[in-house]
Amino acid sequence: MSEAVITTTRRTVADDHVFGLRLTPLARRRLRNFRANRRGFWSLVVFAVLFVGSLFAEFIANDRPLLVSFEGRWLVPVLVDYPETRFGGDFETAADYRDPFVRGLIDERGWAVWPAVPFSYRTINYQLSVPAPAPPSVDNWLGTDDQGRDVVARLIYGFRISVLFGLVLTLISSIIGIAAGAWQGYSGGLVDLVFQRFIEIWNGIPVLFLLIILASIIQPSFWMLMGILLLFSWDALVGVVRAEFLRARNFDYVRAARALGVRDAKIMFKHLLPNAMVSTLTFLPFILAGSVTILTSLDFLGFGLPPGSASLGELLNQAKNNLTAPWLGLTAFLSIAVMLVLLIFVGEAVRDAFDPRKNLG
Amino acid sequence: MALLDIRDLSVNFRVAGGEVAAVRRASFQIDKGETVALVGESGSGKSVTALSVLQLLPYPVASHPSGSITVDGVEMIGASETTLQKIRGNRITMVFQEPMTSLNPVHTVERQVNEVLLLHQGMSTAQARARTLELLHMVGLQEAERRLGAYPHELSGGQRQRVMIAMALANKPDLLIADEPTTAVDVTIQAQLLKLLGELQQKLGMAMLLITHDLGIVRKIAKRVCVMQQGAIVEQGDTAQVFGAPQHPYTKLLLAAEPKGRPPQRPDGARPVMRGTDVKVHFPIKKGVFKRTVAHVKAVDGVSLTVREGHTVGVVGESGSGKTTLGLALLRLLRSQGAIVFAELAIDGLGWRDLRPLRRSMQIVFQDPYGSLSPRLSVGQIIEEGLLVHTGLRDRDERRRVIGQALSEVGLDPETQDRYPHEFSGGQRQRIAIARAMVLKPRFVVLDEPTSALDMSVQAQIVDLLRDLQQKHNLAYLFISHDLRVVRAMADEVIVMRDGRVVESGTAEQVFDHPQTDYTKALMAAAFELDVRYVDAVRT
Repeated sequence: MSEAVITTTRRTVADDHVFGLRLTPLARRRLRNFRANRRGFWSLVVFAVLFVGSLFAEFIANDRPLLVSFEGRWLVPVLVDYPETRFGGDFETAADYRDPFVRGLIDERGWAVWPAVPFSYRTINYQLSVPAPAPPSVDNWLGTDDQGRDVVARLIYGFRISVLFGLVLTLISSIIGIAAGAWQGYSGGLVDLVFQRFIEIWNGIPVLFLLIILASIIQPSFWMLMGILLLFSWDALVGVVRAEFLRARNFDYVRAARALGVRDAKIMFKHLLPNAMVSTLTFLPFILAGSVTILTSLDFLGFGLPPGSASLGELLNQAKNNLTAPWLGLTAFLSIAVMLVLLIFVGEAVRDAFDPRKNLG
Repeated sequence: MALLDIRDLSVNFRVAGGEVAAVRRASFQIDKGETVALVGESGSGKSVTALSVLQLLPYPVASHPSGSITVDGVEMIGASETTLQKIRGNRITMVFQEPMTSLNPVHTVERQVNEVLLLHQGMSTAQARARTLELLHMVGLQEAERRLGAYPHELSGGQRQRVMIAMALANKPDLLIADEPTTAVDVTIQAQLLKLLGELQQKLGMAMLLITHDLGIVRKIAKRVCVMQQGAIVEQGDTAQVFGAPQHPYTKLLLAAEPKGRPPQRPDGARPVMRGTDVKVHFPIKKGVFKRTVAHVKAVDGVSLTVREGHTVGVVGESGSGKTTLGLALLRLLRSQGAIVFAELAIDGLGWRDLRPLRRSMQIVFQDPYGSLSPRLSVGQIIEEGLLVHTGLRDRDERRRVIGQALSEVGLDPETQDRYPHEFSGGQRQRIAIARAMVLKPRFVVLDEPTSALDMSVQAQIVDLLRDLQQKHNLAYLFISHDLRVVRAMADEVIVMRDGRVVESGTAEQVFDHPQTDYTKALMAAAFELDVRYVDAVRT
């Protein structure tokens, strides 16, 4: 029965290229399966648009104009710091474009193009008509937090740092995890045994408590936090990669390569790693979602990024402290939920794409 | 009226971008008590036909565009689940090829056989137990009482297959469908199982539909035969008649395809290429907390052999006799004891690094052409791997030319080097595996069951190819196989192995025509005549 199915996949398809790369028939089938999962495909598109958009956060939400025409000259305050004196002001310091005085000076002899959200993540809106946290209004679309900072701006910057942090953490921990798992699986025997026990003990360490203790000793920065979290997240992929290597190292084509005298490192890269990549890629979106969540929860507890940074966890914490301002909680909840749901949908589609039994559509 | 009447049966499978026809308008009948064989190569639709009788195909992926299947006049296609339940496992039962996966690993033998009895006959537990014992005795399972509580992994392949047959017979079926029942077991076991099936059929008066690719089995036990090719039955009739005077070209091809011939006469005094003296491979059995070595599995236990230039040494024996382990040890892919001399150089003490330059002169071809080629590399990349290690062939065009040459030497189009293994059939893949070994111009090649996973007609072609290559390059072969017919066609000398030891060795004529030990005699009888002789010398 399966024989009949196999013979049909054997028909040759014309070679096609994606981004200049020649696709193997296998990769082509996986791409097709991924696209066949409409929900996952569109989730990836939406997520990619949001993420790439947030990379240009400075051009979307900023407290400086994108472009100023002043006395017939073009100025780009978003990229260059201009002193207030440049516009005929009094101080040598960088111009505060939100100051009505500076605005007046610019409007007198030129004009300015503002970003869609005229606030940066740390801009405090001093022109609030009600005490902060202010409810949504024409100026602040999603209101402000309890320090008068615009929620939309903080959301955009917070999303960016969350995803960036998650991506970097996932990437580094995957590289370490794959290397460790590969070594363990390929060696087998005593190395495998000792290393497995070590990982079990390592996993027994209560991560959150350790982080709280560490955070009280050192001031966590982006990279410091990354390093600490890396200590406990690198082993996520070790299990699957190790299992794949253990399984595949006795395959006939690996034996054949050994009989040809191919070096171990080459065998691992050329023959074994591609096997492990399937399960690795399947796990990746879920690990990314996990990394984003752990940063958010640390920020929520106040042990995360330095005070003042835009972060979704900090927004959640504010929402908890200001139950009378539901726009904070709703925004934080919805944005985190949407982000994680998108990632999970993408993960499901990736899983479908690598499922060898799925060939319909 | 025929017991089973299949008319105009077609089966289609839905796949991405359309439908494939697996069976096209097949028609045949089976009368009560009759044995009908369905033969054909893999992919010819034999198993699909059999599965559609019991409506066991994955519907709705599978569909029947035409045809009818009646059992005693009852239509099976589109029948209700209740109707099918009454027939499945009751009036018609099945025995599958792979006894390890057809038995549930977490249930004891008793429970598996009981299940059928409790479900269909409503027996009490005590009755069922008695009947189970009776059945196990009937299928010749030794020490049946003790084995009631055994789990499938505690039984050998032959014993598992006997349990499967006991399950199939539990409800006294009118028709037994046996799907390659002996393909996964050794020849001696195969002969025993076939004898058992024949006896049981006579005793119980049931009909049998036997699916097989082995024409020897068909000749031995089937009264009528249907030959299938690409989903269609191209010829059917009395076995003697079909085999004696085949009408359809495909049947003629199948009959002509059995590996035949003998290796050509070789000049005497050829130089030895590979010599092993008292080779031993022992795997430690470790027990306890500290994993102390308590005993050894003696996979290869003191085997000596010499392979000469241009000659083939055949290694035969049942599964688990240490044939493959011996081959891997000679290539130093496994740790072993005993002297191994390759081309007048003692290689048993050499490290991995010192062996590398020698690797190009000693190669191996594996049994399974699906597992031995990396699915992610193109054919060219697979073949060039050895070239990159052993020759400084950096020039791309030159490398392509060498690869193309190797491919055309094994009978493939040189242009196929950009394609991927999955686009090739089993026989073509085996040719690629051979090209990978041959491109390095080796002197000694271990052929580990190179034909066992292939269809009969392809086996003969691969044997011819290997013989040609040997003559052309004066190669020394160590030919490992459980298939004595293929060994007969290839080997100059033969070693018969059992439990890691050499039972008998000598020239091919000596061993095949005048076997000395009972074990070898039993092996020969089972392989060439499908007959059970010297029962004491073999396992059950």
